[in-house]
Amino acid sequence: MAEVALRQVSKTYAGGVAAVRDVSLMIPDGNLCVLVGPSGCGKSTLLRIVAGLEAITAGEVLLDGEVVNHREPAERDIAMVFQNYALYPHMSVYDNMAYGLRNRRVPADAIDARVREAARMLQIADFLDRKPRELSGGQRQRVAMGRAVVRRPKVFLFDEPLSNLDAKLRGSMRVEIRRLQRSFGTTSIYVTHDQLEAMTLADLLVVMNAGRVEQIGPPLEIYERPATTFVATFIGAPPMNLLHVTAAEAAALARGVPLPEGGVIGVRPDELILADADVRPAAGLALNFAVRAVERIGPECLVYGSPEIGRGDLVIRVSGATAPTPGKTVCAVAPADRLHLFAPSGTRLHSTP
Amino acid sequence: MVENRPAFTITAHAVLALGVAFMVAPVWLAFVASTHPGADFLSGRLPLWPGPDFVKNYGAVLSQGVSKAGAPAIAGMLANSLVMATLIAVGKIAISLLSAFAIVYFRFPFRVAAFWIIFLTLMLPVEVRILPTFEVVSQLGLLNSYAGLTVPLIASATATFLFRQFFMTLPDELAEAARIDGASAMGFFRDILLPLSRTNIAALFVILFVYGWNQYLWPLLVTSDPSYYTIVMGIQRMARAADDTPLWHLVMATTILALLPPVLVVVAMQRLFVKGLVETEK
Repeated sequence: MAEVALRQVSKTYAGGVAAVRDVSLMIPDGNLCVLVGPSGCGKSTLLRIVAGLEAITAGEVLLDGEVVNHREPAERDIAMVFQNYALYPHMSVYDNMAYGLRNRRVPADAIDARVREAARMLQIADFLDRKPRELSGGQRQRVAMGRAVVRRPKVFLFDEPLSNLDAKLRGSMRVEIRRLQRSFGTTSIYVTHDQLEAMTLADLLVVMNAGRVEQIGPPLEIYERPATTFVATFIGAPPMNLLHVTAAEAAALARGVPLPEGGVIGVRPDELILADADVRPAAGLALNFAVRAVERIGPECLVYGSPEIGRGDLVIRVSGATAPTPGKTVCAVAPADRLHLFAPSGTRLHSTP
Repeated sequence: MVENRPAFTITAHAVLALGVAFMVAPVWLAFVASTHPGADFLSGRLPLWPGPDFVKNYGAVLSQGVSKAGAPAIAGMLANSLVMATLIAVGKIAISLLSAFAIVYFRFPFRVAAFWIIFLTLMLPVEVRILPTFEVVSQLGLLNSYAGLTVPLIASATATFLFRQFFMTLPDELAEAARIDGASAMGFFRDILLPLSRTNIAALFVILFVYGWNQYLWPLLVTSDPSYYTIVMGIQRMARAADDTPLWHLVMATTILALLPPVLVVVAMQRLFVKGLVETEK
């Protein structure tokens, strides 16, 4: 049970490479916070900073209101699940889970009780005598979780724990991590580059880019009101369409939507619908574009094209039956309240209806 | 290669048999010579099959030694060799494990320089630095002692290098997981690095034991007291008997006995040795 707070944390490596720049973040007790971003954005570094595996060059890390900048990882009462699991190869599953407790001089019978309870919860009770190399990827993943759980730490840290699993297993483990985290009520930080994992797991979502925090908030709020064009394209699949337009083009494309010179109009692929060219909404976007390619995915289609006005590629999600053929020029419309408007710098314009 | 060509198979086996014969013949002759009375060997006609004196000759070298040739009893020299080879092997492994641990897992000033200095000594065989080393050992009063026999041979660049390479193949997360699990630096070394290095240690032990056992020049220099003679230099003393014809049958019996311990070590640790060379447990 703990609250994690970061205050203006920066990390600059020797040689001047800034991995994390001026990050402030507050994770309330019991929340699962997901750090998401492209590779190299500093999300893993930030996690390792909380773990105490990386020293910071500026700022403060607080656990339960206490500054822990100079505490060793073992003294911070955190547990970490690594991407490659980092199980001790020569120890049995039981010893892997018990090792941290033995180092903390927990009595043997208490260790035994905790290990067996965790093993039962994670369904690895039958493998306690096996070595990690005799286990499948999913089972190793469970052992790594078990090693974190038996410690009953203040904070769980997950560093892309599911990226080495196949897609099906990833889905079921995701649900399980959520369930475990809820049942323990332990504050958790979870790093991933997979935006689906990020959306489904997070209480609090942190989108990072180039060492900075782009946006913090509940996942749906971030999806519905992305603060920057980066967040807009990073969260959601296929990514949001961004049209770079001049003020004149904006007026021609979208009625009743004020946009400064050089601004950006954003609209999600599934908010655009195909329409006849003469049926234009009273307010909103109407856009002629040449269809370049059509991808059929089960019941729906992704239609790719280039707009006649404005710069940017376009993708629209439509139902399979209504898909146009490549080469045709069609019209797509979206109501004004579905448009996201961004300033030329990429930040959201709050005048958005 | 799964092929079924009789001519190829026969040729391959012939070559192998020839190779084995070349390797085994001298050992066989030594064994044959050690079982004949001394005069037989000096007659100029080399016997090819074992003679009647096996028990007598081996009994003689084991209990009395070849006092006429100025060598003490074989048993004592065997024990000295055993102590020296074991101390060298264990010492080398202990020191190189620790220095590799320091180089790989700690960020101290001049870490890279330290590694390269160790690495440079790889290029320096014992013989090159033998005079200064002798000077140091004699100044320290270590002549005629086990310390004098072993300490100068213990520092080992090769083993340090091998363990460094092995440690570097281990994922960093292992050390980090141990740190989070509350293991101290030496706790990590003891609980995780040592068990993982088990097969490498076994392989190195075999190589280093044989290396220590076969030391010749250094023991010859630092020992003048017969109670510290090692078996390898002892053989040389016996064969070189100044004013007498060498007692070849006894020399050969000693040689055969000197062969046995390294062979036993290799046989006993063969399984671990091969495992250590071909596989890494990660």
